[in-house]
Amino acid sequence: MKLQKNTLFALYSVLESAANPGRQYSAGEIALKYGISPHHLAKVLRTLGRAGLVESVRGVGGGYRFSGNAKRLTLMDVVQLFENAHASPQRRARHRSGVERGLATVLAEIEEISKATLQSISIATMLKLIQRQQRR
Amino acid sequence: MTRPQPAAAALRVRTAQAADLDAVAAIDLAITRLPKPDYWAQIHRRYGGGRRQQRFFLVAESAGRIEGFVIGEVRDWEFGSPRCGWVFAISVRPETRLAGIGSRLLEAICAGFRRQGVTKVRTLLARDNSLILSFFRSQGMMAAPFIPLELDLH
Repeated sequence: MKLQKNTLFALYSVLESAANPGRQYSAGEIALKYGISPHHLAKVLRTLGRAGLVESVRGVGGGYRFSGNAKRLTLMDVVQLFENAHASPQRRARHRSGVERGLATVLAEIEEISKATLQSISIATMLKLIQRQQRR
Repeated sequence: MTRPQPAAAALRVRTAQAADLDAVAAIDLAITRLPKPDYWAQIHRRYGGGRRQQRFFLVAESAGRIEGFVIGEVRDWEFGSPRCGWVFAISVRPETRLAGIGSRLLEAICAGFRRQGVTKVRTLLARDNSLILSFFRSQGMMAAPFIPLELDLH
């Protein structure tokens, strides 16, 4: 599973804001930290806002803050907002040649493992993993 | 009626005894919906009573009630892996989950593995079992350098 830029930006934003749930972040602040376009990130944050994962705070010093449940929200929940995670290469390949079907089966296997990994890691678990790696 | 969550302090993790088997089997049945009386008798013979140092069958008890269990073993060179601890099963009553019982059980079996000189713990589970996968992930477990394979035998 190759993640699109939007998906990665969404994961950066969710993890940054969930690490400090009371704090407000501007799109510019997160964009600067990760060296990405603030305009592009603002679009991603709006999608996250519509999904209820962040909420926008208006006015001076406004921005976005995390509004999801870090223990329940998984990486897959975020990824699904930006990727077509339900596309099945095996189903698409039903009427193709034996070689194509064989390859589609192997690629579907890789996809299933990727999905299971993303579904099993909550935002809270991911934050613990980041902290552990920072301590090393 | 919902039973109150057992307080972490009142919870005791100990080696399973023959008298615990019915409660363990009942917890498993409530979760899997598959009765396996012969399997549980065999598990107790192999792992129960603390008779073998490398094998662990532990239960979490609170106010005289079994709230969960964990089963595992230290194995040498299984699947080409140097000596490590394997967790074969871990279960907690659904109504008393999210109270740290699973964590206490896993900590206890890991402590047992450490006493055997083991520095790595592994487990294997269905990839669609998101609940237990998430639990092990939350405990810091990462993907192991193994790939499980299977074949339909006709």
